[in-house]
Amino acid sequence: MMEILQILLSESFWAASLRIATPLIFGVLGALICEKSGVLNLGIEGIFVAGAMAGWIAVWAGAGLWGGLLFAALAGGFFGLIHALLTVPLGLSQHVSGLGITLFATSVSYFIYRTALPTATSPPRIEPFRPLDLPILSDLPFIGPVLFQQTAMTMLALGMVVLVWYVLNRTALGVALQAVGDNPDSVDAQGLSVYGLRIGAVVAGSALMALGGAFLTMSAFDAFFFGMVNGRGWICIALVIFASWRPGKALLGALLFGAFDALQVRLQTEVGAMVPGQVFLMAPYILSIFALVIAARKADYPRALLTPWFKGQR
Amino acid sequence: MIRIEPRAAPSRLMTVGIPVLSAVVALALAAIPLAFAGAPIFPAYAQMFHGVFGSMFSFSEMLTRATPLIFTGLAAALAFRARLWNIGAEGQLYLGAMAAVAIGTGVLDIPAIFLLPLIITFGAAAGAAGMALPALLKTRFGADEVVTTLLLNFIILIFLQMMLEGPLKDPMGLGWPQSAPILDQGMLPTLMDRMRVHSGLILALVIAAIAQFMLIRSVWGFRLRAVGENAAAARHAGIGVKRSLFGVAIISGGLAGLAGVSEVAGLKGYLTADLSPGFGYTGIVVAMLAGLSPAGVVLAALFIASVFVGADSMSRAMGVSSYLADLVVAMSLLCVLVGGFFARYRITRSVRVAS
Repeated sequence: MMEILQILLSESFWAASLRIATPLIFGVLGALICEKSGVLNLGIEGIFVAGAMAGWIAVWAGAGLWGGLLFAALAGGFFGLIHALLTVPLGLSQHVSGLGITLFATSVSYFIYRTALPTATSPPRIEPFRPLDLPILSDLPFIGPVLFQQTAMTMLALGMVVLVWYVLNRTALGVALQAVGDNPDSVDAQGLSVYGLRIGAVVAGSALMALGGAFLTMSAFDAFFFGMVNGRGWICIALVIFASWRPGKALLGALLFGAFDALQVRLQTEVGAMVPGQVFLMAPYILSIFALVIAARKADYPRALLTPWFKGQR
Repeated sequence: MIRIEPRAAPSRLMTVGIPVLSAVVALALAAIPLAFAGAPIFPAYAQMFHGVFGSMFSFSEMLTRATPLIFTGLAAALAFRARLWNIGAEGQLYLGAMAAVAIGTGVLDIPAIFLLPLIITFGAAAGAAGMALPALLKTRFGADEVVTTLLLNFIILIFLQMMLEGPLKDPMGLGWPQSAPILDQGMLPTLMDRMRVHSGLILALVIAAIAQFMLIRSVWGFRLRAVGENAAAARHAGIGVKRSLFGVAIISGGLAGLAGVSEVAGLKGYLTADLSPGFGYTGIVVAMLAGLSPAGVVLAALFIASVFVGADSMSRAMGVSSYLADLVVAMSLLCVLVGGFFARYRITRSVRVAS
């Protein structure tokens, strides 16, 4: 018990929690934007892979870190656009199209990686984002190491939470976006484009997801590996339901998840001899299922989620 | 003004023609990545064709590859018919494989003749149990089965690694994380001398035929289709929707479990953590290409297996990454989706009549 308390009070634990949460924050926000407009995007897992690959390879080719992020976002937007075109104007099954995008984005990424680096056994490394060193802020006790010694991408993720919350709740665009996921007919009656809003939301959401992937290769690690996304996209889909489609609760969900993951790594070193390590590896996925089961009943689904809408048909 | 109008009913020609056309288009689109990789396009296609139909052996390899895909394709097709989104066939496959080696490696003292039927039964039951949990979470708590089955895939894969380093580990395996081999009498017999194609294929074909018959002709199949087409109407007509969903979940999971049994007791003989190169996920593509029809699953599995075996051979001969095959498989899924749209709707230009 004392050990756990000691872990929970250490700044390295909270810094690790926020670091682990960062890709999930991008992913959950991206999935949230898509679903708010009425479109489930199961392409997320593949878009994570595409973002991780695209960002990394752009930096490797000399685009610079911010150029890499832009490239990752564009790649995510591209796959999002395919998903949007299939599910919005064509109204095809969002489940199947999303899984198709995941398979497509993953195989495109792996194929490009293998074609660009046919013989590399150990992938070349890039110079990733460095931890921030801000005057005064980074030197604050506790808050400094936890918050202001993260990389710029973590700051970007936290900024995105505020931005997404602001746009959804305080702008006309956000109101229209929420309405199109609840009652597209009313949006159409006001003369706004249901197709335009939904396609825009899916493209923007997918670009955010890709940044979550890019965090893995450009901040958490410095290289691209096969299978490195490892279900993080699916965890985001569960977290959106847990967050009941609110940006603030999405941040909370991602942080709780990060804290749990950071805790299990530390507990593993404490009691590792008694329990097989795999029990700890399973924990994040089991936790996600639990979160889903707890939240599912009272989840406030966007009412038109999964329902296609065609112009001129009521 | 462009309008989208539903067709009265998709013609028979379209139900068969569109998947075939989608497969051809996806194969043709492979020219883009081939050109990107700098390979000569036509020789590459010729090599892919030769890699499947060039010899009896390569053809039998294709059949071997198709066998697990028929099982996982059926698992997806039946569940999707009832709009139960079982994306967990990959995990259920490994549950089936684990059950097969758990009882097939000589822990039970039973007459040899019973061993294979027991392996098949337990493998199917393990897969079914793997899908029963998400089905229960869905019907009891309303937890979305897409997410739970996807997450369970990861949990089961980690559980598998734990088993292969623990209770299922081969003591003679020189420390490799692999299971002991299944006894000879527990193996599915091979069908041809010096070829790897095994009687798991026969089992898959028989089950596909039964599934096709049951889906079209039986009360069970009628209920299943009714639940999938309109759950509210089915409930109104007195069909136990939850029971139907649970039933198809069990069958779907069991079929995925059989894919694992077939791979481990028909092909490999022992279990490692890389038994399946994503057969569970590919099964979804097979099911969609098949238009969710069990008979179609057989043909779609043969096509997808040809793509994999052909691309492997081409990849070895020309140095193009074998991820090309995954790319073609993903593109065929997207193509058949779009094709399905044109089967159900037509796009017309309506001329506004001046009043």
